[in-house]
Amino acid sequence: MHNYLIKRLLSTIPVLIGISLLLFFMLRMLPGDPAQVLAGQMATPKEIENIRHQLGLDRPIYEQYAIYMSHLVRFDLGLSARTQNPVIDEIWARLPNTLLLAVVAITLACLLGIPAGIISAVRPYSWIDYLVTLSALFGISMPVFWLGLMLMVVFAVMLQWLPAGGTGSWQHVILPSITLAAFVVAFIARMTRSTMLETLSQDFTTTARSKGLAEKVVIVKHALKNALIPIITVVGLQFGSLLGGAVLTETVFAWPGLGRLIVDSILARDYPVIQGAILIFGLLYIFVNLVVDLIYAFVDPRIRYD
Amino acid sequence: MSEQAKPLLEIKELHTRFHTLDGIVKAVDGIDFEVYQGETLGLVGESGCGKSVTALSILQLLPCPPAEIQGRILFEGKNLLDLDQEDVRKIRGNDISMIFQEPMTSLNPVLRIGEQISESAKVHKSMTRQEAWRWAVEMLRMVQIPEPGSRSRQYPHKFSGGMRQRAMIAMALSCNPRLILADEPTTALDVTIQAQIMTLLQRLKDDFKTAIVLITHDLGVIAEMASRVVVMYAGKVVEEAPIKELFKDPRHPYTQGLLGSIPVIGRKEQTGRRLQEIPGIVPSPMETPLGCRFHPRCHKVMNRCCEQEPPMIHLNEHRRVSCWLEADSVVKESQAGSR
Amino acid sequence: MLSWTRESVMTENPYRRIWAKFKRNKVALVGGVLILIYVLSAFFAPVLFPGNPSAPNLMRSLESPTLKDPLGTDELGRSILGRIIYGSRISLLIAVGVVSVGIILGIPLGLVSGYYGGKIDFGIQRITDTMLAFPGFLLALALVAVLGVGLKNTVISIGISMVPLYIRLVRGCVLSVREEDYIEAARAVGTRDVIILLRHILPNVMVPITVQTSLSMGMAILFAAGLGFLGIGVQPPTPEWGTMLGSARSYLFYAPHVATFPGIAIFLAVLSFNLLGDGLRDALDPRFKI
Repeated sequence: MHNYLIKRLLSTIPVLIGISLLLFFMLRMLPGDPAQVLAGQMATPKEIENIRHQLGLDRPIYEQYAIYMSHLVRFDLGLSARTQNPVIDEIWARLPNTLLLAVVAITLACLLGIPAGIISAVRPYSWIDYLVTLSALFGISMPVFWLGLMLMVVFAVMLQWLPAGGTGSWQHVILPSITLAAFVVAFIARMTRSTMLETLSQDFTTTARSKGLAEKVVIVKHALKNALIPIITVVGLQFGSLLGGAVLTETVFAWPGLGRLIVDSILARDYPVIQGAILIFGLLYIFVNLVVDLIYAFVDPRIRYD
Repeated sequence: MSEQAKPLLEIKELHTRFHTLDGIVKAVDGIDFEVYQGETLGLVGESGCGKSVTALSILQLLPCPPAEIQGRILFEGKNLLDLDQEDVRKIRGNDISMIFQEPMTSLNPVLRIGEQISESAKVHKSMTRQEAWRWAVEMLRMVQIPEPGSRSRQYPHKFSGGMRQRAMIAMALSCNPRLILADEPTTALDVTIQAQIMTLLQRLKDDFKTAIVLITHDLGVIAEMASRVVVMYAGKVVEEAPIKELFKDPRHPYTQGLLGSIPVIGRKEQTGRRLQEIPGIVPSPMETPLGCRFHPRCHKVMNRCCEQEPPMIHLNEHRRVSCWLEADSVVKESQAGSR
Repeated sequence: MLSWTRESVMTENPYRRIWAKFKRNKVALVGGVLILIYVLSAFFAPVLFPGNPSAPNLMRSLESPTLKDPLGTDELGRSILGRIIYGSRISLLIAVGVVSVGIILGIPLGLVSGYYGGKIDFGIQRITDTMLAFPGFLLALALVAVLGVGLKNTVISIGISMVPLYIRLVRGCVLSVREEDYIEAARAVGTRDVIILLRHILPNVMVPITVQTSLSMGMAILFAAGLGFLGIGVQPPTPEWGTMLGSARSYLFYAPHVATFPGIAIFLAVLSFNLLGDGLRDALDPRFKI
């Protein structure tokens, strides 16, 4: 297992470097003077000069990269062109909100999706299988923002049961998290179903049955334990796509999270914030995947005892 | 090899069909045979002849639908196909158990070996967890796995192919079944390991006094262990005989072909013949030939063989063949000597 | 366990078999039919709905569905039905464009990466890893931030964000096929690498690519609608469904129909591509299906 862990940790390094390079060059690919771009449209010439000097934009490219990286590792992401606040503060203020939504959504998705997938796989072609399969198909086809709007119309406007946006109470969390969870529940249910179907058709399942074990034992102890391994991986990956979907959901429900920050910043051409937020999202995703792989290594005996 | 009057297992008119999108596949198309207590019955045939499906049908391990099993499978007098799921479960692993072909994939990779062996004992013999685990360690010792105590706590990926097969054997024997269905137990193993496993199986069979149905396409394995042999082709039984008689005097052209295709050093000098092969390939179960199923590949084919399926001829109380050649020569049996 | 040898299978036309299997899958057929409807309506849009769908008609602003305008009108008095029909052109254009970018860039890179291995593989894989370090939509978002808004940039951004998926898919396929005996035989006979790649490896890749393409088209429409909704995709007055939804937000509470119908259009389009993709996957699955 140690080998696997070390390899896994090491493999994140090129990706981290890659991300930093990506963002580094992203700025320079924009039309115009990078310093001006970073400073924003309202900056004075003096402020622009400041930034140019700070980031060494008049120096050779590799020096620029060095300065850039030195800022990056200290999490100094510059100042927002819009508000002149440190980017890191803007992000830090909103990150917990996004994480809250994401965690609630993924929990809902697992609690609903995994059992649905299992039942569906164990009773193929039954009415419940058709129900789950169809619902899941609908779930992955539905645009997240449209679902949000429709839920808002029904529950906030017509029925007036829940608030239409903003934060404050637990009721505010319900609609956005359900909206965010919809796609993921569907995806996880489908994944669980197909993984379980495959596991149930493998040789060792036949062996288990040939020993006279009860079907429930065969399903849970033998099949599910195997199927959960890839399912965990998928759940982890879906967490990442949740972060993407959060952008849309937060916009619909005026949720003060990182996603909305990105959108507002893109519309306002606030590049320091765009860069910073994308970086943080990327880091988050890498981190989640790393954790998932660690869990994977722990749960799969073939990797754990090697 | 004492045959008691009552057979342990009787297969009568077994038909196993699969309903597929492309049509009905008749994997087993009307077979019967018997297994007596304590004996080793060889079930021989090429890949696709239905021998594995027969074993799976006995324990009802095929998903129904799409499979459909008809006929009678009498175990100690009771028809297994009439029993409900609960009773079938009680027989599996307990009275009848099975050894599978691929030890690599037949063991659950996320459960410890000891756990997998002790499961049946816990279920069928009401042992506690500790008792069952100790029994599992004992079983591992009996199949000659060194350091069974620590090995039992390991996962299957730590075991070599031969060791995994030993573990499978331990699993199958753990509740002292009266019958073991061994489906190609050595096919997936190296030749040297094969010999070891066969020796082990033979010894354990004598110790536990189990009957074995040894399913294989390897005649060498059959020659080592079986006392009687049933030869299958394309879902039907074509010949049945005690082992010595089968090897010395095979009656069905298919059996003759099988025996003729075994490479033997010095055969060319002795008999002047080269290695024989059976031309053609096994027919698809969805397109079985009319008449005798073997007729497209038979070197002694007659007109009759293409039109009508040959009946089963009982040559004596231990031998039977399904071939038109025998049907004709039964009349001449009294006159003709041995062939 | 069960092995059927069947000479006739080798001489039978494989496409007939696939088509037969596909027909049996009713759900996939529904998907195919729906897509056909979209394609036809995109093609015949001017016939179905004469006139300029983006021309404002403020007299009829925000009208509920009537017989004349079965889906009502939007805030500028334009027929929603008409805009949805014309919107199918945009969406299909985007879907095809995105997948083309993915295929044109993804297949060669995947083939090369998988077949040659070594440093090329390492390099391409690290780049792919970096791109996959972001959830798809976010990557498209980031690219839009750089490239700017509009239809062309939407297609390019989403297309590029799909490339790593294709590279992974193709590479995986190549890796599993690379060790097959017939590849080694071809090499032993002296066949040039390019020919091996095109003649022997590429056909194997086509199966998963086809399935992925159908699913990717659905995803592309979804992503494009998302960008449009946020205001950074296709710009008004072009009738892209997501953009329409975005503009409808302000009137959500008193004219919800403006937001409902374009959303349904997106939903059905994506659904049909998913159905088709699933059906293709089942039909093309070489495993023995009972």
